[in-house]
Amino acid sequence: MATKNIMIVGVGGQGSLLASKLLGRLLVDEGFDVKVSEVHGMSQRGGSVVTYVKFGDKVYSPVIEEGEADFIVSFEKIEAARYIKNLKKDGTVIVNTQQIDPMPVIIGNEFYPENVLDEMTAKGVHVDAIDALSLASEAGSAKACNIVLMGRLAKYFDIPYEKWEAAIAKCVKPSFIEINEKAFSLGYDN
Amino acid sequence: MKELMIGNAALARGLYEAGCSVISSYPGTPSTEITEEFAKFDDVYCEWAPNEKVAAETAFGASLRGKRSACCMKHVGLNVAADPLFTMSYTGVNAGMVICVADDPGMHSSQNEQDSRHYAIAAKIPMLEPSDSQEALDFAKIAYEISEQFDTPVLIKMCTRVAHSQSIVKKGERTETEKPYQKNPRKYIMAPANAIARHPFVEERTDKLIEYAETSPLNRIEEGNGTYDFGIITSSTSYQYVKEVFGNSVSVLKLGMVHPLPVKMIQDFAAKVGKVYVIEELDPIIENYCKTIGVNVVGKEKFSILGEFSQKTVAAAFELEKKENVCLDTAIPVRPPMMCAGCPHRGMYYVLAKNKITVLGDIGCYTLGSMPPLNALDMTLCMGASVSGIHGFNKAGGSETENQTVCVIGDSTFMHSGVTGLINIAYNQSNSTVIILDNSITGMTGHQQNPTTGRNIKGDPAGKVDLESLCHSVGIRSVRVVDPYNLGECEKAVKEELAKNEPSVIISRRPCVLLKYVKPKKPLHVNTEKCRGCKRCMKFGCPAISFRDGHAVVDSTLCIGCGVCAGLCPFDAFESEVEE
Repeated sequence: MATKNIMIVGVGGQGSLLASKLLGRLLVDEGFDVKVSEVHGMSQRGGSVVTYVKFGDKVYSPVIEEGEADFIVSFEKIEAARYIKNLKKDGTVIVNTQQIDPMPVIIGNEFYPENVLDEMTAKGVHVDAIDALSLASEAGSAKACNIVLMGRLAKYFDIPYEKWEAAIAKCVKPSFIEINEKAFSLGYDN
Repeated sequence: MKELMIGNAALARGLYEAGCSVISSYPGTPSTEITEEFAKFDDVYCEWAPNEKVAAETAFGASLRGKRSACCMKHVGLNVAADPLFTMSYTGVNAGMVICVADDPGMHSSQNEQDSRHYAIAAKIPMLEPSDSQEALDFAKIAYEISEQFDTPVLIKMCTRVAHSQSIVKKGERTETEKPYQKNPRKYIMAPANAIARHPFVEERTDKLIEYAETSPLNRIEEGNGTYDFGIITSSTSYQYVKEVFGNSVSVLKLGMVHPLPVKMIQDFAAKVGKVYVIEELDPIIENYCKTIGVNVVGKEKFSILGEFSQKTVAAAFELEKKENVCLDTAIPVRPPMMCAGCPHRGMYYVLAKNKITVLGDIGCYTLGSMPPLNALDMTLCMGASVSGIHGFNKAGGSETENQTVCVIGDSTFMHSGVTGLINIAYNQSNSTVIILDNSITGMTGHQQNPTTGRNIKGDPAGKVDLESLCHSVGIRSVRVVDPYNLGECEKAVKEELAKNEPSVIISRRPCVLLKYVKPKKPLHVNTEKCRGCKRCMKFGCPAISFRDGHAVVDSTLCIGCGVCAGLCPFDAFESEVEE
């Protein structure tokens, strides 16, 4: 199978680490060659963060470059826009509609661009927007946004639902399994 | 079992399986997880040292006693450990010793992008360079074999993309090893007479290592299917980019040992393929070596000396077709990293910025004080340089600078190399004010313990350096402690200490808000009837406070209720959340 590329992007502290851990676990169990790459350090302090997940028969480069991503899963609205150049021509953007102001916006030096999702759609990008924050709260924790988005991503894959659930159970503490399974199902069904 | 592991965890696993029993390191991105992962094994000794020189010498001591050892650091850490490194090359080892060094091309989290391979050449120590997690594990084992066979420390060079990328690893079993300790002054006492005798050994060793490199499985040729008639010499993560672009369509000489390099292997490869490209990040080390052994290659004229590579770099250099993509017309505001909501550093920086004080900075989370809106820093160079730097600044500036300049340094960085600068201030008496930003943890690298925290790498109770006593004992008479959440207290302390005609230390003490034992309070909210939109709170740079519809707004998911903003507001608009 040709390599599939998924980018997970967002703001430091939003929980992209668990999302990539879940994907990695699942895809290794499915028998794929897998690479997951992220940069630690400065970017954890509320900065823009990006994780690359690649899988297939044989994966070489751990990074995803311009025009290569099959999916961009974005935890925040403008972060999807920041990395859109990496999307394949017929790729899909799954985006949480949450808005988090970056510091230049907070201090009034720049404006938060409101209409980036419309602009993407106008340019022919398949945009799958979802209010993951509300769904996560419905599941029992605002922090479960990451798993809501994984639930939405799962709809695009042929991997059985139970296998995703099994991977969740392996990746989170037993006391959080229920909330995360709920979050996953809300992302999957809505 | 097959398992996904970051390169650093795989390297730790490899060191463990090879029988490494002692690791001493100082944290530094992207090297930190090697030591953190090793610390999870029960039957080994692992520690955070105050700095990389101490770590390397500790590992050397363990090797001398007969146990396989290692030390781990980031590229700039190797500068600190360079002194023992160069002479360990002469003494060689007893049990095997490995030095893991992680470079940061692209400077994701570093102050420069120096190429550690220069150290291998300069210190005449072999260096291995894995290109993924499995190689990191395997190379660790080979490194110990080389170390003991050739009587040398061995460097393993990681880079950000190998250190922090997960790929599939097959684990093995640990093998225990130990060597007897025997006194051997001519090998281990590097006084001139002995060192003169050891130098020829080092040169002969390099010759033997070149022979080893010619046939070692660390270096391999992957023959192409003939689509392209040129060949590529590469190593590390660049190898992955080459394979991503070319697959089997080009012949590749993949180097796993980057010092010393083989001669005949490279010459034979070049003779077979004709034109040769060298693809390596940062400096032209392989390229220049090829040229000195008479192999004409194309390298830095086509591939930048700057930053990280990717498959895009390789494809662009060979003018392959660019992949189709979408670009937006809207400009997206940058999202730089920043100090967290409730960060204790922010209060002190606010006071320094408000009073327009010149601030010489250091390496850590608090380097982020240089960002808008605080713009509080004037200089950041390397670990410890703030304290030594302010001494020179004030010796040069005299009364023009002494009363309006401070330096800031974190607790861990102060332990690393700030204390020697403070000794110089006390000894040579400059009228300097040093602020230790004590957040009781090594923050930026992700919460490592240090000598001031009273805990060791496993979180167990350990010795504790008392900063106040330490500063007093080196000769600083004026030492005071302030709470950075109390802006009035901070401002008073800064003004008073700057006014004194003697060296002084202010310890700005409050633990990092991300520490588990720091319990957040209820978030504040803005009373919009009181808020007049004056934007004074915007100058504080707290990520939890933004401005909408003429009023300040607090993001309750970020606010930890530190309440410092409430003290800033002239209209008392920030209020504690009322319990429902």
